[in-house]
Amino acid sequence: MTDEQAHLKIHHSQGVHLVELINRKILEESSISQIGDQLTQLVEANPQIKLLLNFAQVEHLSSAALGMLITLRSKVEGTNGQLKLSDIRPQIYEVFKITQLYKLFDIHDSAAEALRRF
Amino acid sequence: MAKLPVDQELAWKEMVIPNDLRAAAGTERAIVEEVERHGYGADATFAIRLAIEEALTNAIKHGNSNDPSRRVFVRYAVDARRAVVCVRDEGKGFNVEEVPDPTAPDRISLPNGRGIMLMRAYMDEITYSERGNEVRLVKVKQ
Repeated sequence: MTDEQAHLKIHHSQGVHLVELINRKILEESSISQIGDQLTQLVEANPQIKLLLNFAQVEHLSSAALGMLITLRSKVEGTNGQLKLSDIRPQIYEVFKITQLYKLFDIHDSAAEALRRF
Repeated sequence: MAKLPVDQELAWKEMVIPNDLRAAAGTERAIVEEVERHGYGADATFAIRLAIEEALTNAIKHGNSNDPSRRVFVRYAVDARRAVVCVRDEGKGFNVEEVPDPTAPDRISLPNGRGIMLMRAYMDEITYSERGNEVRLVKVKQ
């Protein structure tokens, strides 16, 4: 089953909410804000959510996007949920490394691998 | 902080934009297009795009305090050797040395404070004016 919303494609599989970020550039504040709002609504509607964010389409992101992810992570943990990130391109992963945020997030090479680890 | 170089030999383009992130997106696109026209590689273009985004966001949100009556002044010059971008806001400035380390254990989980770190990581040179309301970013073409 899939739900398509602006910026996101949401699938449900094996008890996991699989979210594809479909913006190539997560840079602009309005996009970041909308993505954050949509994901927050998803988390609030599904306590103890198992949430996987797939970054395969993402070619650019800003520190504001990182901030949105950090806030999302707090919300997920607040409901005893789990958040994983997958399919992050090397250039984008470098941003996570520079900011040390690779230590904060549970990052997997692929969605398939992440699903196995929930 | 330092006096910013004048770089008189460069062919500068200048723009004044409203204190608005959407306007900033247009400026960012123009600069990235210029960089791409000069044959900068994917990594350099990625770095420049990210650094400009951070510099403009900082100017708009922090330097100009999201005040819609203020403006952001952007100058940029791209040639075969380097790309130079200067972003100035109308705020009172700040001391970049006083910005806390966002990787510190008590700050890593905070959603803000990473823009300057990313600019420093991705640019070959980053210099703030003495007042702190202007930043000069340089990326050398590899």
